[in-house]
Amino acid sequence: MAGSCHLRVGRCRASEDGIAAIPAGVFLDLQIVDRVGGNRETFASMGRWLRERLAYVTGPQMAGPLVPVVAVLAAFLIGAGMLLALGANPLEGYQALLKGAFGDVDALADTALKSMPLLLVGIGICIAFRASVINIGGEGQMIAGAILSTLVALSCGDLPRPVLVPLVLVGGLVGGAIWGAIPGALKAYSGVNEILSTIMLNIVAVQLMNFLLRDLIMDPYEKEHGRLPQTQRLSENSDLPLLPGGTRLHIGVLVAVGMAGLAYVLLWRTSLGYRLRAVGHSSAAARYAGMPVKRTIVAALTFSGAMCGLAGAILVFGSESHRFVTDGSSVGFTGSAGFNGIVTALFGGLHPLWTIPSSFFFGGLQFGANAMQRAVQVPAALIVGLNGLVVVFVVSSDRLRRVVSESWGQGRAIGRERATSRSGEPALAMSEELDCGP
Amino acid sequence: MIVDTPLLELNGITKRFPGVLANDDVYFDVAVGEIHALLGENGAGKSTLMKVLHGLYRPDQGEVRLHGRSSGITTPADAIEAGVAMVHQHFMLVPTLTVAENVALGLAPSGFILDTSEVAERIRDLSSRYGLHVDPSAHVWQLAVGERQRVEIVKALYRDCRLLVLDEPTAVLTPIEVEELFVILRTMAADGVGLIFISHKLGEVLSLADRITVMRDGRVTGETTPSETNKAELADMMVGREVQLAPDRPGFEPGEVRLAVKDLRVAGDRGVDAVRGCNFEVRSGELLGIAGVSGNGQRELAEAIAGLRPVVDGDIKIDGAEVTGRHPSEVRAAGLAYVPEERMRDGVVGEFSVAENLILVAHDSEPFSRRGILRLGKIVERCRELVERFDVKTPTLETTTATLSGGNIQKLILARELSGQPKVLLAAQPTRGVDIGAAEYIHRRLIEERSAGNAILVISEDLDEVLALSDRVAVMFEGRIVAVMDVAEATVERVGLLMAGSGILAEVP
Repeated sequence: MAGSCHLRVGRCRASEDGIAAIPAGVFLDLQIVDRVGGNRETFASMGRWLRERLAYVTGPQMAGPLVPVVAVLAAFLIGAGMLLALGANPLEGYQALLKGAFGDVDALADTALKSMPLLLVGIGICIAFRASVINIGGEGQMIAGAILSTLVALSCGDLPRPVLVPLVLVGGLVGGAIWGAIPGALKAYSGVNEILSTIMLNIVAVQLMNFLLRDLIMDPYEKEHGRLPQTQRLSENSDLPLLPGGTRLHIGVLVAVGMAGLAYVLLWRTSLGYRLRAVGHSSAAARYAGMPVKRTIVAALTFSGAMCGLAGAILVFGSESHRFVTDGSSVGFTGSAGFNGIVTALFGGLHPLWTIPSSFFFGGLQFGANAMQRAVQVPAALIVGLNGLVVVFVVSSDRLRRVVSESWGQGRAIGRERATSRSGEPALAMSEELDCGP
Repeated sequence: MIVDTPLLELNGITKRFPGVLANDDVYFDVAVGEIHALLGENGAGKSTLMKVLHGLYRPDQGEVRLHGRSSGITTPADAIEAGVAMVHQHFMLVPTLTVAENVALGLAPSGFILDTSEVAERIRDLSSRYGLHVDPSAHVWQLAVGERQRVEIVKALYRDCRLLVLDEPTAVLTPIEVEELFVILRTMAADGVGLIFISHKLGEVLSLADRITVMRDGRVTGETTPSETNKAELADMMVGREVQLAPDRPGFEPGEVRLAVKDLRVAGDRGVDAVRGCNFEVRSGELLGIAGVSGNGQRELAEAIAGLRPVVDGDIKIDGAEVTGRHPSEVRAAGLAYVPEERMRDGVVGEFSVAENLILVAHDSEPFSRRGILRLGKIVERCRELVERFDVKTPTLETTTATLSGGNIQKLILARELSGQPKVLLAAQPTRGVDIGAAEYIHRRLIEERSAGNAILVISEDLDEVLALSDRVAVMFEGRIVAVMDVAEATVERVGLLMAGSGILAEVP
């Protein structure tokens, strides 16, 4: 009961801080609307306008949730124009995309596998952004998690499977946690901007990975012959067990969903999560109340990194080849999940549980894109472009949705307040205070 | 002076929000050169009416007329264009910019490069003409609240406003500053500017206004002039019941020293020491009030005591324990409760629910959590009790705190701070921007705590408040406590002079 209310309050507000804290240049598309002075008014009135129109059609309850749906449709519409320009039939293309992503059990399973790293990184982003800490280091943290878990598997490969599988997953958590804690500590104790340090650490992690995969932990066979940067076939005792049903779905997907639940509990049911959110909303108030603000910032990035590291470990031990493989870039290993996870989390309203469907949607886009490419013979670059469009619309929809839910929240709160307030009580305090704030 | 066509007419304004009638058929007008006070509690509909005037809200019924014509104002930019300016209660200034840059913001740009020297020159002119004492090159974040307000007034003057709305302008000022402000406002009125003076301070309204309109629950409950009315009648129109303006104080029986501040020096934001050697003690069962003009080191003093600001020199003891320079959590553990001056920034997390804010300090200890897990049942139970006991008017415990009125947020903070059974309560500006009903309640509560044997330190820029609450009165000027006296010896005149610095030679070695 109380939980659902926390959920609602958190959902509409936290993304504001998260996004507003990203400096210009890194996510200009998220950012520009927040930084350009005076646009608050414009957006408020835009939001009001959109809300009024949507509410006119759907009723007030549906207007908020519909905005992201409208944004996705808009992206697909522009994407259709691009397909037409390339001489492909958009309907056919989208049909192939949907069928490829969600058409049958195998497709669903593969989409779920694609979604897993997005979900875990997204959960990590939720935790960090809730504390107003921007983690752009998902890539590096995934790699750090993969490295540590691979080292665990290489050194303790003889352990029985029920021990080794959890152990490598913990290795992933710890590796990512360390890679997150470093920028966390730098930010908290030396004031180093975490956006810069996490991006830099991505590069460090990639080079560390390349070095290890080409030398210390390189497959002895490859060292002799092929020079492919990869490890040997890791111990079979470390393979993630497949789920029943005959698909490629493995236990890592369940772990990711479980982590979403745990992250929810962390954020809204523990005192640490409470501190994370308090620091995120107002570090001044948190300090005033005697909270250890610096340690909380470190904790936020540590937990965030741990989730990303777990994603890296699951990528290694859930892979078809059961090896840690790269092509020399971070994308070769992560598939850019460390960045796409940010968008996934934003689309999920920075709520770990909403990030589950959000990741499934983006995972489906990524996986279905292959099918579309085959069906209508469009270049691969278009798929990337379409993904980008969805991102742009989704991110602006987040802004719109916030404005919409705020203006509705306001209307409702006034009504409620009036309904329950005693005589002579300020019934309008809300609108008066909110609107005149700077 | 007053000509026939009113400067502003609000004719039958009605504004509804879902479930609320915020303005119900309101008529209000201002003549050229007139000071028209708009009096009412928070939530009476004053701010809504002013937003209608500024084009932020479109009225459901009624019309805004300027100079006898329909105003055509639909955005705040139109309002500025039409010569309507507002000094908000929450200042609309960019803290990182200088005064001149803030004034230049929003002016039509004269070229690519912003030249503020001309602006600064005019600010100096205006400043000396009206006695505003505004330094155009100062950064806004360095300024005290009272100074920021004068910057807002400069902004309006700079834009040649014909109608100036002042929203609770005196809430942040000392008696002397209020007098100075009134001189400024009267000069402006004499220049033909119409002024809407929003307030809930009866004395000020009576001494300043040409005309007074009182609002309650969205309606105009009376229109009168200072010569026809008195405080009691105004309070009655405003609150709808009789109000006790000064609390009763039972006998004064001080006990042992609970808070001792010795030779305290604290750095200010501008690099110079803001507190320059403060000495005082607060005993159990005693309420010490510190009076002083805004910006004389009171904020820094409070923050240093609470552990939020580094101490340069000197020491602070709470109940005998040294807490100088300790982390805020250690200071709290030693027994300090703190009601901060910046209630929205420090006192609460605005986005959190009422319940979440009630556990802000004690969230990690019994009964609110056990082994790191929040106990929602206990939290709800305890918060419900606190909300009830401290009369925090909120629809539900899950309501977002920022949506409550200032008075209710202050009661929430007081509830949280007193629920921890502190040894010392430090309350900075406890009733600033708070409606009469809540202020009355907070005063009563502070006196109750003091009579129950707590040590209370109230820092306030509202001299009436200090004199009404305190057992002893200390006066702060330029970072020093220049005098401490029993309240019986503290007259408005004597304390007022000390606040203005006249005691500095006589009483400080």
